[in-house]
Amino acid sequence: MITLSHFIVLGAVLFCIAVASLFINRKNVIVLLMSIELMLLAVNINFVAFSRFLGDVAGQVFVFFILTVAAAETAIGLAILVLLFRNRSTINIAEIDSMKG
Amino acid sequence: MIDPSVFQLVCFYAFAAVTVVAALGVITLRNSVHAVLSLVLTFFSTACIWLLAEAEFLAIALIVVYVGAVMVLFLFVVMMLDIKQEHLREGFIRYLPVGIVVAVVMLVEMLALIGVRTMHEAVMGANPATAAGLSNTQWLGQALYTQFLLPFEIAALILTVGVVAAVALTLRHRGGTRHQTAAQQVAVKATDRVRIVKMAAERPATDAPAQTQNPETKP
Repeated sequence: MITLSHFIVLGAVLFCIAVASLFINRKNVIVLLMSIELMLLAVNINFVAFSRFLGDVAGQVFVFFILTVAAAETAIGLAILVLLFRNRSTINIAEIDSMKG
Repeated sequence: MIDPSVFQLVCFYAFAAVTVVAALGVITLRNSVHAVLSLVLTFFSTACIWLLAEAEFLAIALIVVYVGAVMVLFLFVVMMLDIKQEHLREGFIRYLPVGIVVAVVMLVEMLALIGVRTMHEAVMGANPATAAGLSNTQWLGQALYTQFLLPFEIAALILTVGVVAAVALTLRHRGGTRHQTAAQQVAVKATDRVRIVKMAAERPATDAPAQTQNPETKP
């Protein structure tokens, strides 16, 4: 029988994988954007599970909104990335330091 | 004959294993295109897990929106940018222990917080949508268009802003090319193109052209 903790543990594992990715892929902006997507996915799994187990529709509605906002965020983020690559011809975070004080 | 709940559990473990392995692939694969494809697999198996939780609409929405649109966008960008992979991998080995330690500590903390053992009693009950005599999509849609109407409209606005921002950011005006200005073309009036001049009709003198054409012939 699937219990609530199954879903939550899966969400926690995915979230921790995404956090580890922030540490080990420090240079690649694309992978960093993908790990943000993984984090949002982990949160969405929790929302869906709680919505199902508590019988509340608000959880699934929130997943819907998170998907919307994440899609807009990804589109703008990738547009900024393309612009950055066009101007600096690199996506290495270590080289993007013109705003450093 | 296999028990349905046991079968569900086996399915859950299979999909969860695929999800976790694919997520590990996303963060460790050397090639960015492979990482994106691995992320697609993660989303797909997560959609299967949501199907097990009977959130059918969101599972399909995840596949259509994410696998169909967002991941294709990622693939386009990854393939468009000519990225040298070696530079981006520096520090991978150096920071690997830190990343693993942070992730494991966080996971242990979360599991302690969740209290896995106490929550094991929370067994999946009756589907609230089916209990109300609705499908999952109807259940979600009724809440979305009544209780959450304003947030729904705002979400539409956010998507519009996202589209406009993405286009405005990547729009490039090259120098040296000639463009039409549509606004000027639309706003043009007939008087800008043709000037009608009213003048009295007159008959030219019969010998005048000969004089003007070759004046040297007359001494």
